[in-house]
Amino acid sequence: MLENNGGILLNIEDLKVVYKTDLETVEAVNGISLTVMKGRTLGLVGETGAGKTTTALSILRLLPSTTGRIERGKIEFNGQDLLKLDENMMRVIRGNQIAMVFQDPMTSLNPVMTVGDQIAEAIELHNGKMPHEEVNRRVENILQMVGIMPQRRFEYPHQFSGGMKQRVVIAIALSCEPELLIADEPTTALDVTIQAQVLNMIKDLRDRLGTAMLLITHDLGIVAQICDDVAVMYAGEIIETGTVEDIFIGDWRHPYTAGLFNSLPDLRSQATRLKPIPGLMPDPSNLPNGCVFAPRCGNRMDICEKEHPKTVQKAQHRLSCHLYATGENPRRRDVT
Amino acid sequence: MQEKNVPLIQTIDLRKLFKLKGGVMLHAVDGINIEIASGETLGVVGESGCGKSTVGRLILRLIEPTSGQVLYDGQDISKFRGRQARDMRRNMQIIFQDPYSSIDPRMSVIELIAEYLFIHRVFKNKIETFNRAAELMDMVGLARRYANSYPHELDGGRRQRIGIARALSLDPKFIICDEPVSALDVSIQAQILNLLMDLQEEFKLTYMFVTHDLSVVKHISDKIMVMYLGQCVEIAAFDELFENPLHPYTNALLAAIPEPDLSRRNKEMKVIRGEVVSPINVKPGCRFAARCDDCVETCRERDPELIETSNGHFVACFKLKR
Repeated sequence: MLENNGGILLNIEDLKVVYKTDLETVEAVNGISLTVMKGRTLGLVGETGAGKTTTALSILRLLPSTTGRIERGKIEFNGQDLLKLDENMMRVIRGNQIAMVFQDPMTSLNPVMTVGDQIAEAIELHNGKMPHEEVNRRVENILQMVGIMPQRRFEYPHQFSGGMKQRVVIAIALSCEPELLIADEPTTALDVTIQAQVLNMIKDLRDRLGTAMLLITHDLGIVAQICDDVAVMYAGEIIETGTVEDIFIGDWRHPYTAGLFNSLPDLRSQATRLKPIPGLMPDPSNLPNGCVFAPRCGNRMDICEKEHPKTVQKAQHRLSCHLYATGENPRRRDVT
Repeated sequence: MQEKNVPLIQTIDLRKLFKLKGGVMLHAVDGINIEIASGETLGVVGESGCGKSTVGRLILRLIEPTSGQVLYDGQDISKFRGRQARDMRRNMQIIFQDPYSSIDPRMSVIELIAEYLFIHRVFKNKIETFNRAAELMDMVGLARRYANSYPHELDGGRRQRIGIARALSLDPKFIICDEPVSALDVSIQAQILNLLMDLQEEFKLTYMFVTHDLSVVKHISDKIMVMYLGQCVEIAAFDELFENPLHPYTNALLAAIPEPDLSRRNKEMKVIRGEVVSPINVKPGCRFAARCDDCVETCRERDPELIETSNGHFVACFKLKR
């Protein structure tokens, strides 16, 4: 990716994460590499089970300790490999430099603490000896920033609606002005009109604070509206990455990405039948040998079932598909 | 749409108030009039809490209305008792949003699909019943090798196919689809939508499609009703509603959908302020008034009535009278 806004903030290289149980080994993330630049927003797109959330949890080292294991790879944040840090060092980074917003606001808030106290908790944890009045002032500022009346800080989460709760969660995440915000499907649980409000707010705050963002979503509409770069994930691999322009209007397109676009019900087209991708995502405990998308791909060739495709690159646009292996450009229309 | 014969499903001033603690009333559904002709699909759209699922449940008599009528083929189903009510139920089925919580996890796929057939004693013996269940599996695209699997072994798309097979098992004429695809991934969602459309064509089914997703509803519906806080604010043919939305709430809903299109990227998303107000002890006047930019005095005083602006396009908004 480019040297926009200066420098790499987060760099993941060849990350492999597995979940091991007595019965099986699930290869959730398979050697992915991605980069988040300072001040830019990367959209991580994919379906359920593609490994998006696992990637996010690996960055913060929050994988379930009994089963989740990072087998290899590097996660560099500001040049520092997070995988080599001990737990105490990680705690300093979590919340302070990298914050996360989860999908369901209800389960990420403490039901028996007022929202004001929950925001204050985050500020106090990371700012040791800050005087009480200063903490209070910051809580009120942050609430105002996310569009909640500061008087409501004495209320409990159940007194807030879903959209308001998500604003509180975002307020907590931004309370320490992190350099990177990881948002895992932040608006999936919300109604469309509320989703639009929250997205506008996220966009606005991001631009104001200059926070870089890793936005996990399955909604290409959201990606088009707020992301700068996109990485498309499928069965634990990043199969295509580039700027939004590359992904939405570029010459190259991975058959899976093309399939995703085709299966979206389009508000403008008149066609009634949709063009879904046939079949299902492969079982992550039993992945195919060649290209992971081969069993569902309309452009499948013999080589796809045998060999894992190499990554080809054109400017910032990278994808892994045998169709483009020669570097030539198959006509876009042929890719279904 | 403008058939002269009797619509398959008709509701007349359907109302459901839930009584809460302290005698306050929650207006879940407040005077809904709909007509669905045979073979048509009515899409019902609205945000959570607008009463769209309650309408579906009232039509099936899963809950009894406070007032108003539901007519099936011109007959008032609230008067049906015993055998008649049972026969009526065979003709009207529902597909739920979350297939997993609507089926018994301890029954195998084939047993689940055969369950209604046994309840209604459609066939004389088990063999015929299971044969029919196996046919249903083919019909909804479930491989027969899953017959003895349990629902927890299947993914969401396949579970939803079980739900569809169950709904189809009694050869119904009318099916309510209550958010059948909102829990599924886009690629699977498209498969299920296509399946529902194919089945409709094959068996001449009539659907009421309840969802919060306007782009989904556009694909499958003939007519679309937009609901807000228990009331219908706009109802029109699907193309008319998208080309010429008149109610401010419909416009807001359309504007709020993030489109996968870069050309609209830098335009500020038009966002309506505020949130859905509580449906408890609602005040008179337009329910949407508090969030509406075009709100005037009258909006807060009287309820707007549904008026026909063009053929089959009804809107409840004072703005159009002025």
